[in-house]
Amino acid sequence: MRDTPLSNCERDFLLKAIQEKKRLDGRQTYDYRSIKISFGTDYGCCFVDLGKTRIMAQVSCELITPKENRPNEGLIFFNIELSPMASPAFEMGRQSELLVKLNRQLERCLRNSKCIDTESLCVVSGEKVWQIRVDVHLLNHDGNLMDAASIAAIAALCHFRRPDVGIQGEEVTVYSTEERDPIPLSIYHMPICVSFSFFQQGTYLLVDPCEREERVMDGLLMIAMNKHREICSIQSSGGIMLLKDQAGTGGAIEIQSVAEKTRRVLGSHRDTVSCSKTRRVLGSHRDTVSCSKDQAGTGEP
Amino acid sequence: MAGLELLSDQGYRLDGRKAAELRKVQARMGVFAQADGSAYIEQGNTKALAVVYGPHEVRGSRSKTLHDRAVINCQYSMATFSTAERKRRPHGDRKSTEMSLHLKQTFEAAVLTNLYPRSQIDIYVKILQSDGGNYSACVNAATLAVVDAGIPMRDYVCACTAGFVDETPLADLCHAEESGGGTSLALALLPRGGHIALLQMDARLHQDHLETLMEAAMTACKGVSKVLDEVVRQHLQEVSALTGE
Repeated sequence: MRDTPLSNCERDFLLKAIQEKKRLDGRQTYDYRSIKISFGTDYGCCFVDLGKTRIMAQVSCELITPKENRPNEGLIFFNIELSPMASPAFEMGRQSELLVKLNRQLERCLRNSKCIDTESLCVVSGEKVWQIRVDVHLLNHDGNLMDAASIAAIAALCHFRRPDVGIQGEEVTVYSTEERDPIPLSIYHMPICVSFSFFQQGTYLLVDPCEREERVMDGLLMIAMNKHREICSIQSSGGIMLLKDQAGTGGAIEIQSVAEKTRRVLGSHRDTVSCSKTRRVLGSHRDTVSCSKDQAGTGEP
Repeated sequence: MAGLELLSDQGYRLDGRKAAELRKVQARMGVFAQADGSAYIEQGNTKALAVVYGPHEVRGSRSKTLHDRAVINCQYSMATFSTAERKRRPHGDRKSTEMSLHLKQTFEAAVLTNLYPRSQIDIYVKILQSDGGNYSACVNAATLAVVDAGIPMRDYVCACTAGFVDETPLADLCHAEESGGGTSLALALLPRGGHIALLQMDARLHQDHLETLMEAAMTACKGVSKVLDEVVRQHLQEVSALTGE
């Protein structure tokens, strides 16, 4: 189903409001929407709410043979899915341009910046390495998918625990979560994307465009940074003509928002880890209690 | 690869160039007779071929027609023999599609599409030999091909890569420098106004160095634009001499 086209009145209204430095939801030009990060019960499951944009990321792992030219490095695979639940414009099973763009940007931002130590994912060099797979699902589209996806992916990777592995000679044993505590991934730094949208040939700049603003924008500049003030990736899209200093201003604004967001992600992650551990302990205790009751022959289900 | 020194103490790179030196650029226009426009470019060891068809009626789905401007359709592909290892590349894979999208974005910014409403311009680029700077070679070849086809543009679109090693920016990276794990920035520039059509950077770079890196890339692009201009003028002279004007 095609998305309803934007009427001329709405387009003119949005552009005129931006000229007067007003936005639809009352934000300032450099304001971000509120970000809510929550984690699921499994390790590596994360939900991110960026305003009304909702994204879920799930990390999983499996043992595979490594690539021939890199025998002692693990692999990381990213996959973004745009489900029709998010917006009527998305159709299931069709590889659209937006999907390719988002996938490649996420790959470049997280994989090329080497934020995860892939050598620690090696089990037996040349034979068995861990492949970490990050699946990102878009649940609701209200603009700025790239930022939300990057926050969700990095938060899920921080939250994920892989099973412990024991090697005795030639034998490799994978211990389940009950036998040995799973190990977190070693993450060097956390790159977080910030998107800037440009209007009127680059005269006006908005941070974190919502869906309506995205429809009328000329182009988008995405900068991924970590809190050490290192730029991990820059990508301009949409055919805008930038001048050099516009790109520079973008970088300056970026710093504060990134530092703040990293703190948020780490903070929420710390709280959840302790919560989930308690839940697991309580859960196993509950199971043992019900088991013993059955054995006593009361016949309760 | 850890033993390779990207910049020696005397200031020489792996292939003997200085830090800000570009590779040798050689280009030819009008390579194919049946296409509307075509060009071939060699940037060092990277060889790219570009072919332009258009403007013509929108083929395929009519719904893509835009009422007020032309649609630009780009397709990027790499020959199987272009890299050191022969690799069969399926047509719809992510990297090719991403490159095609970037090319489309670059040329939509530069070509005066509002002069050709309800039509389509096809740009096909193929990399024959890949030695770093694939995107830049494609953009430069496509610019020449569009000029050869007679489609009006705002300005030449010149692209170049730049990297950063030991606090020094390097211009026009070769494959070993790109895959060495350091920073690489690809920039497509319209030289006269200094407008950036595409900016792309991978790998970590401290924020303070961004300014210097972009400056180096822009200077390199301006150097490329001089070469492209020279090629176009020479081609025009040859063609007018042949037609006896």
